[in-house]
Amino acid sequence: MGRMNGLVLSLGALGFGILYLPIIIMVIFSFNAGKLVSVWSGASLKWYAGLLKNDQLLSAFGTSLLIAVWAATIATIFGICIAVAFVRFGNFRSRLALSAIASAPLVMPEIVTGLSMLLLFISMESLFGWPSGRGVDTIIIAHATFGMCFAAVVIQARLRDFDMAIEEAAADLGATQPFIFLSITLPVIAPAVVAAWLLAFTLSFDDLVIASFVSGPGSSTLPIVIFSKVRLGVTPEINALATVMIVVVAAAVIGASWAIRRRLSSRDQNQ
Amino acid sequence: MAPFIRLRSISKHFVDVVAVDDLSLDIEKGELFCLLGASGCGKSTLLRLLAGFESPTKGVIEIDGQDMGGVAPANRPVNFMFQNYALFPHMSVTDNIGYGLRRAGMRGTELAERVDSLLKLVRLHELGGRKPHQLSGGQRQRVALARALARRPKLLLLDEPLAALDKKLREDTQFELVDIQEKLGTTFIVVTHDQEEAMTLAGRIGIMDAGQLVQVDAPRRLYERPKSSFVADFLGTISFVDAVVASCDKTSITIGGDLNICAACDDDLPVGAAVKLAIRPEKIYLSRTKSGNVNEIEVVVEDLAYLGFATNYRVKTASGQMFKLQQQQRRSLDAPLSWGETGYVHFDPQDVIVLQD
Repeated sequence: MGRMNGLVLSLGALGFGILYLPIIIMVIFSFNAGKLVSVWSGASLKWYAGLLKNDQLLSAFGTSLLIAVWAATIATIFGICIAVAFVRFGNFRSRLALSAIASAPLVMPEIVTGLSMLLLFISMESLFGWPSGRGVDTIIIAHATFGMCFAAVVIQARLRDFDMAIEEAAADLGATQPFIFLSITLPVIAPAVVAAWLLAFTLSFDDLVIASFVSGPGSSTLPIVIFSKVRLGVTPEINALATVMIVVVAAAVIGASWAIRRRLSSRDQNQ
Repeated sequence: MAPFIRLRSISKHFVDVVAVDDLSLDIEKGELFCLLGASGCGKSTLLRLLAGFESPTKGVIEIDGQDMGGVAPANRPVNFMFQNYALFPHMSVTDNIGYGLRRAGMRGTELAERVDSLLKLVRLHELGGRKPHQLSGGQRQRVALARALARRPKLLLLDEPLAALDKKLREDTQFELVDIQEKLGTTFIVVTHDQEEAMTLAGRIGIMDAGQLVQVDAPRRLYERPKSSFVADFLGTISFVDAVVASCDKTSITIGGDLNICAACDDDLPVGAAVKLAIRPEKIYLSRTKSGNVNEIEVVVEDLAYLGFATNYRVKTASGQMFKLQQQQRRSLDAPLSWGETGYVHFDPQDVIVLQD
């Protein structure tokens, strides 16, 4: 038993080490005073201070945030529609086709999604003049498109567990279908909707491949800027930026799971 | 006067199952009617047809003289109490109860007063602010009841209203439910698979099997005078004796063979007709010695189970006929018959049920 535990522990430590050691090293070197990324020469916050003065990075951060919020919102709305169609409408015609279409982007190589999006936008522009060139709007559309598949999966799982009797009770008490959805269904599945939004948000926020295909001048997202900077060599400034990104994403995820956990535990305690 | 609820030749077919099969039933105003049956007998489907969640494949449902064909659940003078209560988990008790009233356009003090009186009716007036997950099972059941009664339905449908409660709580709640029904005078239709629950609650019980009503009667008649061996066997415990009529004089029949049993009978049965006799366990008396009563048979104790208030026996006659009987322990010092001992059973001819199916 003891030997078993030792083996499990060391395998676990190895696994987590491979996952997180590089990140930890990167975070540590973001506080390096020297210019070299692999030689430690004292602690400093100067790279973080430098970030605040770098207008290019700040505007890319703003662009990424704007795109991620819009893309996540659109993806969640469409994700709800897809989930409702699959869970509630039973065996409608072309169900199989729709389910294939809706889940294809989950397994599609991003490079294919990005390229096909680019070709779509170009031919749309030549056919009816919209979108004129590529920019923030085309990235939002592309991110919303692949984000909604993930959102649909998350919401579908919750909707499948949904006790239909609750909706029937509302109907029995005189509520109409749209009102039932807004007053009963949506509040009950709200944690899944929030989780879906956060998932779509993070997917959009750190996407590089698709964004590089469909972005245009003046719409560089943060990953695009970082990637182009890294090609000129990794600087401690990039380390600092990546550390900030980790903090933002981790805060969002921890906040969401804390909110959901608190809901659940207050439910358990009182049962 | 036409009956309050009238089901005429109702059938409900699902893709490959016939859930309700050409069923007709009348229910009077103010009645507490129980639909009793094993799971899958179609009783829940019948309830959902009345609520309007399903529409019948064939037949007409009338409530208070009004044809319910094509009428949505929301527009029926009917409310439904769900098996697992189906409370809205994100709303407080007050909001749950007030949901239907708000839908009907009630607001302000009128709404608050109505919700308050409902909370008092189900004795939950201090818990209005709680969420469903902060309530016990019994409290949730009462919220569901209050919510279903809020719109003052003419008919309340209750699907297994007490199944989710533990035994002790169920017994108390049964009486409470009857009290509320009597106080309001609302017609209740209760679906249950628990016969004790049906017997306690109902004025009349309809026993369902395979989508049809087998017998509709008051609890006492169903138990004492079942019309078929299915009903006799379904309700409580009973011993059957396959028999052939040896003589019949309109007041009693005798059967011959190795068992000579005499039974009271209103029907004129031809000599030689095959019948089934059924006797309830508590109507059979067991004694150590011969008593000289009618219908006395020598038996050997096969099996016994001591229950405290009574003892259940399975005894066997010389010809192999089994009887199940229950003997009350009236005096604690009685030495009961034990395994393998020989004794005598007897029963009154009035207590023998003659079945012809």
